[in-house]
Amino acid sequence: MSTKQMTVAEETMVAPVPRTPLQEFWHYFKSNKGAVAGLVFIVFICFLALFADFVAPHSPSVQARDALLLPPAWLDGGSWHYFLGTDDVGRDILSRLIHGARLSIAVGIVSVTFSLFLGILLGLTAGYCKGIIDTTIMRIIDIMLAMPSLLLAIAIVAILGPSIINAALAISIVSLPHYVRLTRAATMTEMSRDYVTSSRVIGASPLRLMFICILPNCLAPLIVQATLGFSTAILDMAALGFLGLGAQPPTPEWGSMLADALQFVQRAWWVVTFPGVMILITVLAFNLMGDGLRDALDPKLKQ
Amino acid sequence: MFQFILRRLSLVIPTFFGITLLTFTLIHMIPGDPIEVMAGERGVSAERHAMLSAELGFDQPLYIQYFRYVGGVLQGDLGNSLVTRTPVLDEFLALFPATVELSICAALFAIFIGLPAGIIAAVKRGTIFDHSVMTVSLTGYSMPIFWWALLLMLIFSVNLGWTPVSGRIDVVYWIDNTTGFMLIDTWLSDEEGAFTSAVSHLILPSIVLGTIPMAVIARMTRSSMLEVLSEDYIRTARSKGIAPWRVIVIHALRNALIPVITVIGLQVGILLSGAILTETVFAWPGIGKWLIESIGRRDYPVVQGGILIVATIIIVVNLLVDIMYGVINPRIRHSH
Repeated sequence: MSTKQMTVAEETMVAPVPRTPLQEFWHYFKSNKGAVAGLVFIVFICFLALFADFVAPHSPSVQARDALLLPPAWLDGGSWHYFLGTDDVGRDILSRLIHGARLSIAVGIVSVTFSLFLGILLGLTAGYCKGIIDTTIMRIIDIMLAMPSLLLAIAIVAILGPSIINAALAISIVSLPHYVRLTRAATMTEMSRDYVTSSRVIGASPLRLMFICILPNCLAPLIVQATLGFSTAILDMAALGFLGLGAQPPTPEWGSMLADALQFVQRAWWVVTFPGVMILITVLAFNLMGDGLRDALDPKLKQ
Repeated sequence: MFQFILRRLSLVIPTFFGITLLTFTLIHMIPGDPIEVMAGERGVSAERHAMLSAELGFDQPLYIQYFRYVGGVLQGDLGNSLVTRTPVLDEFLALFPATVELSICAALFAIFIGLPAGIIAAVKRGTIFDHSVMTVSLTGYSMPIFWWALLLMLIFSVNLGWTPVSGRIDVVYWIDNTTGFMLIDTWLSDEEGAFTSAVSHLILPSIVLGTIPMAVIARMTRSSMLEVLSEDYIRTARSKGIAPWRVIVIHALRNALIPVITVIGLQVGILLSGAILTETVFAWPGIGKWLIESIGRRDYPVVQGGILIVATIIIVVNLLVDIMYGVINPRIRHSH
């Protein structure tokens, strides 16, 4: 109701057609070339992940016994049949990379969703309730922050046993503190605003105050954090895979592809290079987009 | 000041006990019986099992086991390794200097490259140099360092043959372990060429481990410098006709460095995390490699003790950074 009135008021005052919040966001976002490049690459990766079965030229697990450690197509001895070459058991690297994208994006979605959900719940509770509940939650978060995230993830995976699901779970637990802290800080700022007080006076229940009044106004930093969370999730997943604690062979995961290739570093540079490039570019794309989102969503920087 | 330190300390102690509780819980959540893990594949008889259980205190209620564990920790007893049977603390102390040496070199690399790059990028804002610094640092920030390690190894060790592939020193040298720091030990020893060998083994791991901190420091220095350079007092200094370099180095840098120092202190966690990956790739005999190998061998007392020590180091460093921040900035010291 109140927002409707405000837009009406703005329309009458400002002569040119005012932008909707979404248009305004896009206007700022698209002026950041890096962020747009990141977005384009992410859309591309998501496309590959969704349609991996149709896009990939080969199956990621079929072993061509007559084409072991074949170099990329443009080198001597390479074949256009295997564009980026093959690994030590004759699997097509390009196809494995494409199927690996599916895994990385899936792990990113699962772990970001999980930690976002739990982080919002804990952060809102801590910020809204204050007192002993707040202190307890924040102490636990402090303890988690004292652990290097990779070490904690390794410890969790060591207990649960190495698998993709457990690695994703470990990554989401490890990234939880950031979401809790952000949500709590934003909630505490919003709590002192007049609109919250007035809703409370009208008689809104605590749950309504928390999730309908306060939460939507805390979303901007959380969206940025979630985007950056994708990049950490993909990096940590690859690191766990590399240490043999993530995806188990023969799953085509970028990090474990690197670990498998370790012994062929001297003979076949391509088995090592391409998975790493994929990890780097994908993580870079998410970081670029996160930076762009932060600039576009932060009203202080807009001017 | 004293009160400020006391207040910080009072926050740290519960965190420490929280971490002991966390490591204790983690280890007890592991499925399977610790005695059977110790016995290995041969297994133990029921009587022997009961005896060992009583001897190691596994028959006690969990809270008593926890208090015993904390009591041991406070006396420096972190248990014995299941594999080597030596105390965890001794193993840790033997390997720790290698990690410290690597981390210090990595931090120096990060500071010596990141700090000047950030300052120049801020001063020359919007130029090609600025854009390149920002691009390089964002790339460094996104780097999977285990892959970066492999790539550098492939180029500089395998193809060009400039640096050795792995380890701390060539096997031909026998160095007395005086301090545990290879650079100092080789410097003190009479062996010809040992010091050079130690240095060349350190170069690639330090660059790899220092990459992410370098990127973070460069970005932080740049944004902090930009903020300070737009302050009024900088304009005043400039309008007084002070030499441009003097305005930057004497007037701006001092204030810009405060947040940067905090960020540098917070890199310790990143360094210790990164050490796990870097040490694994370069076969560097430090605590990162030790922890990963212990997890592979299911040597749980080592995992438990190692995690506890690493977490404690990080809390202590964060505490020191906090206190130093209070020393530099009185406003923080007096706020509640």
